[in-house]
Amino acid sequence: MSTDPVHGDLAIEATGLVKIFGAHRAVDGLDLTVPAGGVFGFLGPNGAGKTTTVRVLATLLQPDAGTAQVLGHDVVREADRVRDRISLTGQFATIDEELTAFENLTILARLLGFTRAHARTRAEELLDGFGLTEAAGTTVKTHSGGMRRRLDIAASIIVTPDLLFLDEPTTGLDPRSRNQVWSIVRALVSEGTTVLLTTQYLDEADRLADRIAVIDRGRIIAAGTPAQLKASVGAGTVQVQVLDPDRRAEAARLLTDALGVAVQTGADDGLLSARVDDPARASLALTDLTRAGIDLTTFALGQPSLDEAFLTLTGHHTQASSDARKKAT
Amino acid sequence: MTTTSTTSHAINRALHAAVSTRPRPPRASPVSASLAFAWRALLKIKHVPEQLADAIMIPVLFTVMFTYLFGGAVVGSTGEYLQFLLPGTMVFAVLLITVYAGVNLKTDITTGVVDRFRSMPIWRPALIVGGLISDAGRNLLAAGLVLALGLVMGFRPEGGAFGALLAVALVLAFAFGLSWVWATLGLLLRTPSAISAVSFLVQFPLTFASNVFVDPQTMPGWLRTVVEANPVSLLVDAVRGLMHGTAEPEQIGGVLLAAVLLVAIFGPLTMRLYRTRT
Repeated sequence: MSTDPVHGDLAIEATGLVKIFGAHRAVDGLDLTVPAGGVFGFLGPNGAGKTTTVRVLATLLQPDAGTAQVLGHDVVREADRVRDRISLTGQFATIDEELTAFENLTILARLLGFTRAHARTRAEELLDGFGLTEAAGTTVKTHSGGMRRRLDIAASIIVTPDLLFLDEPTTGLDPRSRNQVWSIVRALVSEGTTVLLTTQYLDEADRLADRIAVIDRGRIIAAGTPAQLKASVGAGTVQVQVLDPDRRAEAARLLTDALGVAVQTGADDGLLSARVDDPARASLALTDLTRAGIDLTTFALGQPSLDEAFLTLTGHHTQASSDARKKAT
Repeated sequence: MTTTSTTSHAINRALHAAVSTRPRPPRASPVSASLAFAWRALLKIKHVPEQLADAIMIPVLFTVMFTYLFGGAVVGSTGEYLQFLLPGTMVFAVLLITVYAGVNLKTDITTGVVDRFRSMPIWRPALIVGGLISDAGRNLLAAGLVLALGLVMGFRPEGGAFGALLAVALVLAFAFGLSWVWATLGLLLRTPSAISAVSFLVQFPLTFASNVFVDPQTMPGWLRTVVEANPVSLLVDAVRGLMHGTAEPEQIGGVLLAAVLLVAIFGPLTMRLYRTRT
């Protein structure tokens, strides 16, 4: 019937996708091409349209305009064939809290056509692989966020899908649980599943994804490999906090000279930040500042935050951060 | 240190084993998918038995309370009143708990678990049909409790055991039809509690303005017209008739026709809403 995607095939091809809720254009003319194999990072702030796009691609919503092919099948006309080969792990746990981990998996396996005995062995195999054996017999209500997330992903791969949608799988998880989710994603990809992962975190996309698309207000505003994307945003930022706010202007001038880029002054009195493409220039800047006798409380070199990436790509802040700004003032 | 890395290796191996087996059994049939959902509902009851509180309390309360409260006043003796009342309380109790068909469906939708089912290659109506199968179990429990309690209190069906069983079956058949109305509302209304509220608003007047508690012969003419046209009255007449061996075929046929019509109208409507609204 269907063949596995060979290299070079497309897992997803969407053209001019539109989804409107009332007056809100949640997805607004979105074009997306996702190659088969590997992890595709779908990056954007809250409310950018990530989840709506995923729901359309996973056949849960019908688009108001545009077309989308998933693994070669139209998501509207051939929804059933799409469902045969995809799986969705939603942003909010889609498992039964009142049931045990084992019961959740066996019920889903039965729904997928497994025999009773086979459903049990598959459930045990997954619980074992996801480090959930000890929690198998307890109701999900009592599980930690990380355990639920893992169970949620396990539930999505009872029949290992060719394409797995992971909608913000690590939001709200502690670092250890996040690492566990990342190992699962890597294991899945190494076994041939394409993973479309939505995230608000640039570093997550950077670490996991082979390709990234950035979404804002329902449209793709940038796409490429992590390296390409970072090159367009700047490799990182240097943040400087000057001890004496009166000397900020002088420090800004020195930084501009050393880095060769415009320096932004933060809301905070002594804060300065600037894009750097080359970490070596940042160390030069530090030397210059020290030589000039300007005392610093902070000198930090970091990855650009998603907000900074956004500012560069779109010219406006993410909604969440402008809300935070409004609240702060 | 060594143990940690050994365990993490073991976990890693198990992880790869779990994701590398790519079983792909043939699709579940509509029947087995529906039964899997019914099983899911039963497991939920096993973990949260409080869910059955209504299905147990309502029958017990209604049968005992109404018999002893009204019995003396209405016909002068509780024993005689029970003969009249019991088929009515059975209908009342079962109809009240049919609302769970909508409440449970809405709860599933609210928690997001339906998203997973809808993205899976399973027969679409299975979630709703499976739910109705387990609801039928709940309704049977309620009807059985009313009957069992009635027998203990002295109720004697003149239609014999067979008549009583047919009466229970008729109530369940109508309840199945009515459940689709709640399922439709479950997809239309915003919260599970809104469905319960609508159910009470509709069912209480329908039940009290019926022949469940008193014979309409005693009512003023206009009210009698209303009460006799009330579908609950027609259902109670048929159930009472079966219990006491006096049912007319057209009474039973009418109830079954009503059940079929409810399914024919609200079944497709529910499925349409389920496809488009969630």
